[in-house]
Amino acid sequence: MKRRVVVTGMGVISPNGTSLENFESALRRGESGIRYIPVLEELNFGCTVGGVPQGVDELAAFNFDEEELLAMNMNHRYGSLAALQAWKDAGFERPERADDRVYWEAGAIIGSGIGGIHTIAEKLVPTVKSGRVRRLGSTLVEQIMGSGVSARVSGLLALGNKVSSNSAACSTGNEAIADGYLRIKCGLAERMLCGGSESSSYYIWAGFDAMKVLARKYNDTPERASRPMSASAAGFVPSSGAAILHLENLENAQKRGVRIYAEVLGAALNCGGHRNGGSMTAPNPVSVQRCIKAALSDAGIGPEAIDVINGHLTATFADPSEIASWAAALERMPGKLPFVISTKSMVGHALGAAGAIESVATVLMLHRGFVHPSINCEDVHPEIEPYANSIPHETKDLPELRTAIKAGFGFGDVNACLVFRKWES
Amino acid sequence: MTEQEIFDKVVAILKPYVKNKDALAQVSHETNILDELKVNSARLVDVVLAFEDEFNIEIADEDADAVDTVGDAVRLIKEKLG
Repeated sequence: MKRRVVVTGMGVISPNGTSLENFESALRRGESGIRYIPVLEELNFGCTVGGVPQGVDELAAFNFDEEELLAMNMNHRYGSLAALQAWKDAGFERPERADDRVYWEAGAIIGSGIGGIHTIAEKLVPTVKSGRVRRLGSTLVEQIMGSGVSARVSGLLALGNKVSSNSAACSTGNEAIADGYLRIKCGLAERMLCGGSESSSYYIWAGFDAMKVLARKYNDTPERASRPMSASAAGFVPSSGAAILHLENLENAQKRGVRIYAEVLGAALNCGGHRNGGSMTAPNPVSVQRCIKAALSDAGIGPEAIDVINGHLTATFADPSEIASWAAALERMPGKLPFVISTKSMVGHALGAAGAIESVATVLMLHRGFVHPSINCEDVHPEIEPYANSIPHETKDLPELRTAIKAGFGFGDVNACLVFRKWES
Repeated sequence: MTEQEIFDKVVAILKPYVKNKDALAQVSHETNILDELKVNSARLVDVVLAFEDEFNIEIADEDADAVDTVGDAVRLIKEKLG
Protein backbone atom coordinates (compact mmCIF):
# COMPACT_ATOMS: atom_id res chain seq x y z
CA MET A 1 0.00 0.00 0.00
CA LYS A 2 1.25 3.48 -0.87
CA ARG A 3 2.35 5.35 2.23
CA ARG A 4 0.49 8.58 2.94
CA VAL A 5 2.21 11.68 4.31
CA VAL A 6 0.67 14.12 6.77
CA VAL A 7 1.66 17.35 8.52
CA THR A 8 1.75 16.81 12.30
CA GLY A 9 3.74 19.85 13.41
CA MET A 10 4.67 23.32 12.20
CA GLY A 11 6.96 26.16 13.21
CA VAL A 12 7.22 29.68 11.84
CA ILE A 13 9.47 32.71 12.30
CA SER A 14 7.90 35.38 10.12
CA PRO A 15 7.98 39.19 10.00
CA ASN A 16 4.34 39.21 11.17
CA GLY A 17 4.52 36.48 13.80
CA THR A 18 7.06 34.23 15.50
CA SER A 19 4.65 31.56 16.72
CA LEU A 20 1.82 29.70 14.99
CA GLU A 21 -0.74 31.58 17.11
CA ASN A 22 0.65 35.04 16.34
CA PHE A 23 1.14 34.20 12.68
CA GLU A 24 -2.41 32.92 12.28
CA SER A 25 -3.93 35.93 13.97
CA ALA A 26 -1.81 38.31 11.82
CA LEU A 27 -2.96 36.46 8.68
CA ARG A 28 -6.59 36.67 9.74
CA ARG A 29 -6.27 40.40 10.44
CA GLY A 30 -4.45 41.03 7.16
CA GLU A 31 -1.55 42.44 9.16
CA SER A 32 1.61 43.34 7.25
CA GLY A 33 5.01 42.55 8.75
CA ILE A 34 6.81 44.95 6.43
CA ARG A 35 8.73 47.77 8.12
CA TYR A 36 11.10 50.62 7.31
CA ILE A 37 14.69 49.34 7.56
CA PRO A 38 16.96 52.35 8.28
CA VAL A 39 20.21 50.61 7.30
CA LEU A 40 18.90 50.17 3.74
CA GLU A 41 18.53 53.94 3.43
CA GLU A 42 22.01 54.51 4.92
CA LEU A 43 23.41 52.15 2.28
CA ASN A 44 21.61 53.90 -0.61
CA PHE A 45 19.20 51.09 -1.47
CA GLY A 46 16.34 52.03 -3.76
CA CYS A 47 14.02 49.94 -1.58
CA THR A 48 14.24 50.79 2.12
CA VAL A 49 11.52 48.51 3.46
CA GLY A 50 11.68 44.81 4.25
CA GLY A 51 10.44 41.94 6.34
CA VAL A 52 12.41 41.10 9.48
CA PRO A 53 11.04 38.80 12.23
CA GLN A 54 10.92 40.63 15.55
CA GLY A 55 12.36 39.57 18.92
CA VAL A 56 14.42 36.68 17.53
CA ASP A 57 17.53 37.25 19.64
CA GLU A 58 15.41 37.04 22.80
CA LEU A 59 13.78 33.82 21.57
CA ALA A 60 17.20 32.41 20.68
CA ALA A 61 18.66 33.31 24.10
CA PHE A 62 15.75 31.52 25.73
CA ASN A 63 16.07 28.37 23.62
CA PHE A 64 19.80 27.88 23.00
CA ASP A 65 22.81 27.71 25.30
CA GLU A 66 25.75 30.11 25.19
CA GLU A 67 28.00 27.84 23.14
CA GLU A 68 25.27 27.17 20.58
CA LEU A 69 24.56 30.90 20.24
CA LEU A 70 28.24 31.66 19.55
CA ALA A 71 27.99 29.45 16.44
CA MET A 72 24.55 30.56 15.20
CA ASN A 73 24.16 33.43 12.76
CA MET A 74 20.69 34.80 12.00
CA ASN A 75 20.01 32.13 9.37
CA HIS A 76 20.74 29.42 11.96
CA ARG A 77 18.60 31.17 14.56
CA TYR A 78 15.56 31.47 12.30
CA GLY A 79 15.81 27.90 11.01
CA SER A 80 16.53 26.32 14.39
CA LEU A 81 13.74 28.19 16.19
CA ALA A 82 11.23 27.15 13.54
CA ALA A 83 12.44 23.52 13.64
CA LEU A 84 12.21 23.42 17.43
CA GLN A 85 8.65 24.79 17.31
CA ALA A 86 7.64 22.18 14.70
CA TRP A 87 9.22 19.33 16.68
CA LYS A 88 7.41 20.31 19.88
CA ASP A 89 4.18 21.02 17.99
CA ALA A 90 4.37 17.43 16.70
CA GLY A 91 4.42 16.21 20.29
CA PHE A 92 8.12 15.55 20.87
CA GLU A 93 10.33 16.74 23.71
CA ARG A 94 13.60 18.40 22.86
CA PRO A 95 16.27 15.72 23.53
CA GLU A 96 18.81 16.31 26.29
CA ARG A 97 22.39 16.93 25.15
CA ALA A 98 23.64 14.05 27.27
CA ASP A 99 21.04 11.60 25.95
CA ASP A 100 22.72 9.40 23.32
CA ARG A 101 19.47 8.30 21.65
CA VAL A 102 19.36 9.13 17.94
CA TYR A 103 16.05 9.33 16.04
CA TRP A 104 17.10 7.18 13.07
CA GLU A 105 13.63 7.43 11.54
CA ALA A 106 13.62 11.25 11.47
CA GLY A 107 15.55 13.58 9.17
CA ALA A 108 15.59 17.14 7.87
CA ILE A 109 15.70 19.00 4.56
CA ILE A 110 16.05 22.69 5.33
CA GLY A 111 17.24 24.95 2.54
CA SER A 112 18.20 28.56 1.98
CA GLY A 113 18.36 30.72 -1.11
CA ILE A 114 21.47 32.74 -0.33
CA GLY A 115 21.96 31.61 3.27
CA GLY A 116 25.01 32.55 5.34
CA ILE A 117 26.29 35.34 3.09
CA HIS A 118 26.13 37.91 5.92
CA THR A 119 28.76 35.96 7.87
CA ILE A 120 30.87 35.64 4.72
CA ALA A 121 30.72 39.37 4.07
CA GLU A 122 31.12 40.62 7.63
CA LYS A 123 33.63 38.08 8.96
CA LEU A 124 35.25 35.78 6.41
CA VAL A 125 36.22 38.33 3.76
CA PRO A 126 37.62 41.12 5.97
CA THR A 127 39.47 38.68 8.24
CA VAL A 128 41.11 36.72 5.43
CA LYS A 129 41.86 39.82 3.34
CA SER A 130 43.73 41.35 6.27
CA GLY A 131 45.88 38.27 6.68
CA ARG A 132 44.34 37.15 9.98
CA VAL A 133 43.02 33.70 9.02
CA ARG A 134 43.68 32.25 12.49
CA ARG A 135 41.29 34.87 13.94
CA LEU A 136 38.33 33.20 12.14
CA GLY A 137 37.88 30.74 15.00
CA SER A 138 36.16 27.38 14.80
CA THR A 139 32.58 28.41 14.09
CA LEU A 140 32.91 29.96 10.63
CA VAL A 141 32.56 26.88 8.42
CA GLU A 142 29.39 25.60 10.09
CA GLN A 143 27.75 29.04 9.68
CA ILE A 144 28.56 29.47 6.00
CA MET A 145 28.39 25.91 4.65
CA GLY A 146 25.39 25.25 2.45
CA SER A 147 24.06 22.63 4.84
CA GLY A 148 24.62 24.75 7.97
CA VAL A 149 21.03 25.07 9.16
CA SER A 150 20.03 21.43 8.68
CA ALA A 151 23.30 20.38 10.35
CA ARG A 152 22.54 22.61 13.34
CA VAL A 153 18.98 21.28 13.62
CA SER A 154 20.15 17.64 13.44
CA GLY A 155 22.36 18.25 16.49
CA LEU A 156 19.64 20.04 18.45
CA LEU A 157 17.12 17.24 17.82
CA ALA A 158 19.33 14.13 17.46
CA LEU A 159 18.12 13.38 13.92
CA GLY A 160 19.50 10.22 12.32
CA ASN A 161 17.87 9.99 8.89
CA LYS A 162 18.76 12.04 5.81
CA VAL A 163 19.88 15.53 6.87
CA SER A 164 20.70 18.03 4.14
CA SER A 165 19.95 21.44 2.73
CA ASN A 166 18.51 22.14 -0.69
CA SER A 167 18.72 25.31 -2.72
CA ALA A 168 16.35 26.23 -5.53
CA ALA A 169 16.19 30.02 -5.21
CA CYS A 170 12.66 31.24 -4.41
CA SER A 171 11.33 27.70 -4.79
CA THR A 172 13.59 26.30 -2.02
CA GLY A 173 11.03 25.99 0.77
CA ASN A 174 8.45 24.29 -1.46
CA GLU A 175 11.10 21.95 -2.86
CA ALA A 176 12.24 20.89 0.62
CA ILE A 177 8.66 19.92 1.50
CA ALA A 178 8.25 18.04 -1.80
CA ASP A 179 11.50 16.13 -1.24
CA GLY A 180 10.63 15.22 2.36
CA TYR A 181 7.17 14.05 1.25
CA LEU A 182 8.74 11.81 -1.41
CA ARG A 183 11.23 10.35 1.07
CA ILE A 184 8.48 9.36 3.51
CA LYS A 185 6.25 8.12 0.69
CA CYS A 186 9.07 5.86 -0.52
CA GLY A 187 9.48 4.41 2.96
CA LEU A 188 12.95 5.84 3.53
CA ALA A 189 11.94 7.90 6.58
CA GLU A 190 9.05 8.07 9.03
CA ARG A 191 9.36 11.75 9.85
CA MET A 192 11.04 14.69 8.10
CA LEU A 193 11.47 18.31 9.20
CA CYS A 194 11.19 20.25 5.95
CA GLY A 195 11.28 23.90 5.02
CA GLY A 196 13.55 26.84 4.52
CA SER A 197 15.26 29.76 6.20
CA GLU A 198 16.65 33.03 4.93
CA SER A 199 18.59 35.59 6.92
CA SER A 200 17.73 39.30 7.10
CA SER A 201 20.76 40.66 5.34
CA TYR A 202 21.34 43.66 3.14
CA TYR A 203 23.98 41.57 1.38
CA ILE A 204 21.24 39.13 0.33
CA TRP A 205 18.89 41.91 -0.72
CA ALA A 206 21.48 44.12 -2.49
CA GLY A 207 21.64 42.11 -5.73
CA PHE A 208 17.85 42.25 -6.12
CA ASP A 209 17.90 46.00 -5.49
CA ALA A 210 20.53 46.37 -8.22
CA MET A 211 18.31 44.38 -10.60
CA LYS A 212 15.54 46.91 -9.87
CA VAL A 213 13.09 44.15 -8.99
CA LEU A 214 12.41 45.48 -5.45
CA ALA A 215 9.54 47.85 -4.63
CA ARG A 216 10.90 51.42 -4.48
CA LYS A 217 7.72 53.47 -4.55
CA TYR A 218 6.42 52.64 -1.09
CA ASN A 219 9.35 53.47 1.19
CA ASP A 220 7.13 55.86 3.18
CA THR A 221 4.29 53.35 3.54
CA PRO A 222 5.96 50.01 4.33
CA GLU A 223 2.72 48.15 5.06
CA ARG A 224 1.43 49.01 1.58
CA ALA A 225 4.68 48.10 -0.21
CA SER A 226 4.04 44.43 -0.98
CA ARG A 227 1.28 44.52 -3.62
CA PRO A 228 0.89 41.21 -5.46
CA MET A 229 -1.76 41.29 -8.22
CA SER A 230 -2.14 45.07 -7.90
CA ALA A 231 -2.10 47.55 -10.78
CA SER A 232 0.24 49.66 -8.65
CA ALA A 233 2.63 46.80 -7.79
CA ALA A 234 6.19 48.03 -8.10
CA GLY A 235 8.37 45.00 -7.40
CA PHE A 236 8.75 42.61 -4.51
CA VAL A 237 9.58 43.48 -0.90
CA PRO A 238 12.63 41.62 0.43
CA SER A 239 11.96 39.57 3.50
CA SER A 240 13.38 36.90 5.77
CA GLY A 241 12.52 34.26 8.33
CA ALA A 242 11.97 30.51 8.41
CA ALA A 243 9.30 27.87 8.54
CA ILE A 244 9.40 24.13 9.04
CA LEU A 245 6.76 21.45 8.52
CA HIS A 246 7.01 18.21 10.48
CA LEU A 247 5.97 15.64 7.86
CA GLU A 248 5.09 12.15 9.04
CA ASN A 249 3.99 8.80 7.68
CA LEU A 250 0.21 8.64 8.31
CA GLU A 251 0.39 5.23 9.96
CA ASN A 252 3.06 6.47 12.36
CA ALA A 253 1.04 9.59 13.21
CA GLN A 254 -2.10 7.53 13.86
CA LYS A 255 -0.14 5.13 16.05
CA ARG A 256 1.09 8.10 18.07
CA GLY A 257 -2.47 9.43 18.25
CA VAL A 258 -1.45 13.01 17.48
CA ARG A 259 -3.25 15.90 15.84
CA ILE A 260 -2.98 15.88 12.05
CA TYR A 261 -3.20 19.27 10.35
CA ALA A 262 -3.37 18.17 6.72
CA GLU A 263 -2.25 15.57 4.23
CA VAL A 264 0.41 16.31 1.65
CA LEU A 265 -1.67 14.93 -1.18
CA GLY A 266 0.79 15.50 -4.00
CA ALA A 267 3.87 17.34 -5.16
CA ALA A 268 5.76 18.09 -8.35
CA LEU A 269 9.09 19.68 -9.25
CA ASN A 270 10.38 20.74 -12.66
CA CYS A 271 12.36 23.31 -14.61
CA GLY A 272 11.53 25.27 -17.73
CA GLY A 273 14.99 24.95 -19.21
CA HIS A 274 15.10 28.71 -19.88
CA ARG A 275 13.06 28.15 -23.04
CA ASN A 276 9.72 29.39 -24.40
CA GLY A 277 10.03 32.78 -22.70
CA GLY A 278 11.68 31.31 -19.62
CA SER A 279 15.11 32.54 -18.53
CA MET A 280 17.36 32.66 -15.48
CA THR A 281 14.89 35.16 -13.98
CA ALA A 282 11.54 34.42 -15.65
CA PRO A 283 9.46 31.24 -15.71
CA ASN A 284 8.66 29.26 -18.82
CA PRO A 285 4.82 29.26 -18.67
CA VAL A 286 4.68 25.78 -20.21
CA SER A 287 6.78 24.35 -17.36
CA VAL A 288 4.69 26.21 -14.76
CA GLN A 289 1.51 24.63 -16.12
CA ARG A 290 3.13 21.20 -16.41
CA CYS A 291 4.27 21.46 -12.79
CA ILE A 292 0.77 22.37 -11.54
CA LYS A 293 -0.79 19.53 -13.55
CA ALA A 294 1.84 17.05 -12.39
CA ALA A 295 1.10 17.94 -8.75
CA LEU A 296 -2.63 17.36 -9.34
CA SER A 297 -1.87 14.07 -11.03
CA ASP A 298 0.40 12.97 -8.17
CA ALA A 299 -2.39 13.93 -5.77
CA GLY A 300 -4.86 11.85 -7.80
CA ILE A 301 -7.37 14.71 -8.08
CA GLY A 302 -8.80 16.79 -10.89
CA PRO A 303 -8.42 20.56 -11.20
CA GLU A 304 -12.01 21.07 -10.01
CA ALA A 305 -11.02 19.86 -6.53
CA ILE A 306 -8.88 22.92 -5.78
CA ASP A 307 -10.54 25.37 -3.36
CA VAL A 308 -7.73 27.85 -2.89
CA ILE A 309 -4.51 28.79 -4.69
CA ASN A 310 -1.66 30.27 -2.64
CA GLY A 311 0.44 31.48 -5.54
CA HIS A 312 4.05 32.48 -5.90
CA LEU A 313 2.74 36.01 -6.73
CA THR A 314 5.56 38.34 -5.72
CA ALA A 315 4.27 41.73 -6.98
CA THR A 316 6.47 41.87 -10.07
CA PHE A 317 5.55 41.95 -13.76
CA ALA A 318 5.23 38.14 -13.60
CA ASP A 319 1.96 38.14 -11.59
CA PRO A 320 -0.41 38.44 -14.61
CA SER A 321 1.26 35.58 -16.48
CA GLU A 322 1.22 33.46 -13.31
CA ILE A 323 -2.53 33.97 -12.97
CA ALA A 324 -2.98 33.06 -16.65
CA SER A 325 -0.98 29.88 -16.02
CA TRP A 326 -3.13 28.93 -13.01
CA ALA A 327 -6.29 29.45 -15.07
CA ALA A 328 -4.91 27.36 -17.96
CA ALA A 329 -3.57 24.54 -15.78
CA LEU A 330 -6.74 24.35 -13.68
CA GLU A 331 -8.90 24.68 -16.80
CA ARG A 332 -10.88 27.58 -15.36
CA MET A 333 -12.46 30.40 -17.30
CA PRO A 334 -12.17 33.94 -15.95
CA GLY A 335 -14.64 34.34 -13.09
CA LYS A 336 -14.37 30.65 -12.20
CA LEU A 337 -10.91 30.54 -10.65
CA PRO A 338 -10.85 29.31 -7.02
CA PHE A 339 -9.76 31.76 -4.32
CA VAL A 340 -6.32 33.06 -5.19
CA ILE A 341 -4.13 34.72 -2.56
CA SER A 342 -0.55 35.78 -1.94
CA THR A 343 0.81 35.41 1.60
CA LYS A 344 3.64 37.65 0.34
CA SER A 345 1.19 40.59 0.45
CA MET A 346 1.69 40.50 4.24
CA VAL A 347 5.17 39.05 4.76
CA GLY A 348 7.05 40.12 1.61
CA HIS A 349 9.23 37.71 -0.30
CA ALA A 350 11.32 35.62 2.09
CA LEU A 351 13.23 34.00 -0.81
CA GLY A 352 14.47 30.56 0.32
CA ALA A 353 12.03 30.60 3.26
CA ALA A 354 9.07 31.91 1.24
CA GLY A 355 7.60 28.57 0.17
CA ALA A 356 7.83 27.19 3.68
CA ILE A 357 6.27 30.23 5.40
CA GLU A 358 3.49 30.28 2.80
CA SER A 359 2.94 26.52 3.15
CA VAL A 360 2.43 27.00 6.90
CA ALA A 361 -0.14 29.70 6.07
CA THR A 362 -1.81 27.32 3.60
CA VAL A 363 -1.99 24.41 6.06
CA LEU A 364 -3.28 26.71 8.82
CA MET A 365 -6.07 27.90 6.53
CA LEU A 366 -7.13 24.32 5.75
CA HIS A 367 -6.93 23.18 9.36
CA ARG A 368 -8.76 26.19 10.80
CA GLY A 369 -11.19 26.74 7.93
CA PHE A 370 -10.43 30.21 6.62
CA VAL A 371 -8.86 32.02 3.68
CA HIS A 372 -6.63 34.93 4.58
CA PRO A 373 -6.94 38.17 2.61
CA SER A 374 -4.53 39.13 -0.13
CA ILE A 375 -3.88 42.70 0.92
CA ASN A 376 -2.80 45.76 -1.08
CA CYS A 377 -4.57 44.82 -4.32
CA GLU A 378 -7.82 46.78 -4.12
CA ASP A 379 -6.70 48.08 -7.53
CA VAL A 380 -6.41 44.72 -9.27
CA HIS A 381 -3.97 44.64 -12.19
CA PRO A 382 -5.87 45.14 -15.48
CA GLU A 383 -4.70 41.78 -16.86
CA ILE A 384 -5.87 40.06 -13.65
CA GLU A 385 -9.17 41.98 -13.55
CA PRO A 386 -11.15 39.11 -15.20
CA TYR A 387 -10.23 36.98 -12.16
CA ALA A 388 -10.79 39.75 -9.59
CA ASN A 389 -13.78 38.01 -7.96
CA SER A 390 -11.41 35.20 -6.86
CA ILE A 391 -9.22 37.52 -4.76
CA PRO A 392 -10.40 37.91 -1.14
CA HIS A 393 -9.65 41.35 0.35
CA GLU A 394 -10.74 40.27 3.80
CA THR A 395 -10.68 37.00 5.73
CA LYS A 396 -13.29 34.44 4.67
CA ASP A 397 -14.38 31.86 7.22
CA LEU A 398 -14.79 28.65 5.24
CA PRO A 399 -15.10 25.49 7.33
CA GLU A 400 -15.79 23.59 4.08
CA LEU A 401 -12.33 24.40 2.69
CA ARG A 402 -10.72 21.07 1.74
CA THR A 403 -7.95 21.32 -0.83
CA ALA A 404 -5.27 23.92 -1.39
CA ILE A 405 -2.47 24.24 -3.90
CA LYS A 406 0.79 26.09 -3.19
CA ALA A 407 3.50 26.86 -5.71
CA GLY A 408 6.89 28.51 -5.84
CA PHE A 409 8.69 29.61 -9.00
CA GLY A 410 12.35 30.48 -8.64
CA PHE A 411 15.34 31.97 -10.46
CA GLY A 412 16.82 29.30 -12.68
CA ASP A 413 13.32 28.70 -14.08
CA VAL A 414 12.63 26.10 -11.38
CA ASN A 415 9.12 25.26 -10.14
CA ALA A 416 7.67 23.43 -7.17
CA CYS A 417 4.00 22.74 -6.55
CA LEU A 418 2.34 21.17 -3.49
CA VAL A 419 -1.22 19.99 -2.93
CA PHE A 420 -2.50 19.91 0.66
CA ARG A 421 -5.80 18.46 1.87
CA LYS A 422 -7.47 19.20 5.18
CA TRP A 423 -7.31 16.16 7.47
CA GLU A 424 -10.74 14.73 8.23
CA SER A 425 -10.57 11.65 10.41
CA MET B 1 46.60 41.63 37.51
CA THR B 2 46.63 39.04 40.31
CA GLU B 3 46.70 35.33 39.61
CA GLN B 4 43.21 35.06 41.12
CA GLU B 5 41.88 37.72 38.73
CA ILE B 6 43.39 35.88 35.76
CA PHE B 7 41.91 32.59 37.04
CA ASP B 8 38.44 34.14 37.36
CA LYS B 9 38.60 35.58 33.84
CA VAL B 10 39.82 32.26 32.38
CA VAL B 11 36.93 30.43 34.03
CA ALA B 12 34.44 33.03 32.76
CA ILE B 13 35.77 32.60 29.19
CA LEU B 14 35.55 28.80 29.44
CA LYS B 15 32.06 28.82 30.93
CA PRO B 16 29.96 28.87 27.71
CA TYR B 17 31.89 25.89 26.35
CA VAL B 18 31.72 23.73 29.50
CA LYS B 19 29.50 20.65 29.14
CA ASN B 20 30.08 19.35 32.68
CA LYS B 21 28.52 22.03 34.87
CA ASP B 22 29.25 20.02 38.07
CA ALA B 23 32.98 20.09 37.33
CA LEU B 24 32.70 23.85 36.70
CA ALA B 25 31.18 24.35 40.15
CA GLN B 26 34.33 22.85 41.71
CA VAL B 27 36.86 24.23 39.24
CA SER B 28 40.48 24.56 40.39
CA HIS B 29 43.92 25.09 38.83
CA GLU B 30 44.19 21.30 38.45
CA THR B 31 40.91 20.89 36.51
CA ASN B 32 41.51 19.41 33.03
CA ILE B 33 39.74 21.47 30.33
CA LEU B 34 38.90 18.66 27.90
CA ASP B 35 38.59 15.61 30.16
CA GLU B 36 36.84 17.13 33.18
CA LEU B 37 35.06 20.26 31.92
CA LYS B 38 34.21 18.36 28.70
CA VAL B 39 34.89 21.31 26.43
CA ASN B 40 34.59 20.29 22.74
CA SER B 41 38.19 20.21 21.48
CA ALA B 42 37.19 21.93 18.22
CA ARG B 43 36.21 25.01 20.25
CA LEU B 44 39.65 25.41 21.89
CA VAL B 45 40.69 27.77 19.09
CA ASP B 46 37.81 30.05 20.07
CA VAL B 47 38.85 29.90 23.74
CA VAL B 48 42.41 30.90 22.80
CA LEU B 49 41.11 33.81 20.67
CA ALA B 50 39.00 34.94 23.63
CA PHE B 51 42.10 34.82 25.90
CA GLU B 52 43.97 36.98 23.37
CA ASP B 53 41.16 39.53 23.24
CA GLU B 54 40.54 39.63 26.98
CA PHE B 55 44.21 39.99 28.01
CA ASN B 56 45.49 41.75 24.87
CA ILE B 57 48.18 39.14 24.26
CA GLU B 58 49.18 36.78 21.45
CA ILE B 59 49.32 33.05 22.02
CA ALA B 60 51.37 30.92 19.62
CA ASP B 61 49.89 27.59 18.50
CA GLU B 62 52.60 25.55 20.28
CA ASP B 63 51.93 27.40 23.56
CA ALA B 64 48.18 26.78 23.19
CA ASP B 65 48.80 23.09 22.48
CA ALA B 66 50.61 22.74 25.82
CA VAL B 67 47.55 23.85 27.82
CA ASP B 68 45.70 20.95 29.48
CA THR B 69 44.41 22.40 32.75
CA VAL B 70 42.90 25.68 33.87
CA GLY B 71 46.16 26.29 35.81
CA ASP B 72 48.21 25.81 32.60
CA ALA B 73 46.17 28.55 30.94
CA VAL B 74 46.54 30.89 33.92
CA ARG B 75 50.34 30.34 34.03
CA LEU B 76 50.67 30.94 30.26
CA ILE B 77 48.65 34.15 30.39
CA LYS B 78 50.55 35.40 33.46
CA GLU B 79 53.82 34.75 31.63
CA LYS B 80 52.64 36.64 28.53
CA LEU B 81 51.52 39.57 30.67
CA GLY B 82 55.07 39.68 32.10
